[in-house]
Amino acid sequence: MPMIEMKNVSKWYGTFQVLAECSTQVEKGEVIVVCGPSGSGKSTLIKCVNGLEPFQQGEILVNDISVGDPKTNLPKLRARVGMVFQHFELFPHMTITENLSIAQIKVLGRSRDEATERGLKLLERVGLKEQAAKHPGQLSGGQQQRVAIARALSMDPICMLFDEPTSALDPEMINEVLDVMVELAQEGMTMMVVTHEMGFARKVAHRVVFMDQGRIVEDDAKEAFFGSPRSERAQQFLSKILHH
Amino acid sequence: MLALDFSFLTPAVISGYVVKGFIFSLQLTLIAMLGGVVLGTLLALMRLSGRPWLVMPAAGYVNTMRSIPLVMVILWFFLLIPLVIGRPLGAEISAIITFTLFEAAYYSEIMRAGIQSISRGQVAAGYALGMSYRQTMGLIVLPQAFRNMLPVLLTQTIILFQDTSLVYAIGAYDLLKGFEIAGKNFNRPVETYLVAAVLYFAISFSLSLLVKKLQQRIAIVR
Repeated sequence: MPMIEMKNVSKWYGTFQVLAECSTQVEKGEVIVVCGPSGSGKSTLIKCVNGLEPFQQGEILVNDISVGDPKTNLPKLRARVGMVFQHFELFPHMTITENLSIAQIKVLGRSRDEATERGLKLLERVGLKEQAAKHPGQLSGGQQQRVAIARALSMDPICMLFDEPTSALDPEMINEVLDVMVELAQEGMTMMVVTHEMGFARKVAHRVVFMDQGRIVEDDAKEAFFGSPRSERAQQFLSKILHH
Repeated sequence: MLALDFSFLTPAVISGYVVKGFIFSLQLTLIAMLGGVVLGTLLALMRLSGRPWLVMPAAGYVNTMRSIPLVMVILWFFLLIPLVIGRPLGAEISAIITFTLFEAAYYSEIMRAGIQSISRGQVAAGYALGMSYRQTMGLIVLPQAFRNMLPVLLTQTIILFQDTSLVYAIGAYDLLKGFEIAGKNFNRPVETYLVAAVLYFAISFSLSLLVKKLQQRIAIVR
């Protein structure tokens, strides 16, 4: 049973189709990278996985639970699926420690002490132990994104979704975030990553999904994708982002 | 030249006539503010819910209240309630309820703007962590909206404090009424209204200076 399974997912905004018959799956422990030109629907696709975006057709199963089923307890499912956003989305009115513990306390029902301890441990892991008492606004973008990863991990997720986690970062901060993600991947975390960082894809991805105009155009093992993508569109895209 | 004489305004007269009214004006302002903000926040959430059966009554309520002069709402509520419940409600209680209901419409517009000032990404982050709608609003969105809007909410409260003088329409005993009665009893209405004006000005102006200070402080934190 795959951790994430999508079957013929289609989505429309009014009459405009953003996703067309998208099917793919992520096995337990697998890392897949989703890439494609802007507006190709990759961010929308990943937001469908934890039900942040509704879709009209098809089915998505996460750990065998149907995301689109109205009977599904979405908050309960989302609590087990970590998500990292392009703009970090730390809570600016809380300290870093509170950011890391609030959902553990309110959603998982952990005690404040337990949640704080777990949060601080993860903060240390992403190398930001000294920042615990600060507010997000006092941290750099790269630091904020590492906190956001720690916050997602604090919920002990069964898989992690990354929605362009480095696109809003200054170039010199990208690597500190990618390093954390590479480490996670190497530890066997199941990951679905929307990104243009092909270095990351080469290093840890098992498969690469290429999207264009709401369709999954390529879904290949990493070696095959970088070796010789079958579609012309993917070839063009790769040549553009690899040789700039 | 007017011959003004303030000598009758002794501490005994002030405490006998004015203090009682001042306390009621403060009570009215504070209760209407707290109740208005709570009710207004609920109305704002209803209007932003995207569900027609919640949006329409909330929008109808807010637009109606904002389209009627406050003094008419005060009067109508005072006159209609006895017909509905079969016995008169005291002017003071009636005023408190009316102001709470009326101000809720204005506070709700402020809170609506405040909630809309919080990015959708913050809501998504709350949901993605497994929070319910109630938790996402209560823990993530409303605290930020409230903080962003605090200066505006307080400015509205200063206006509310000035508007409490409109309860003269139903004879409730507020700050202005205290001065009015003192003025009548000592046959010095011009003096008492003058002092009342100065007092309203002093309170409102110093509060708005405080709000300005607060605004700067919030700006720095951000």
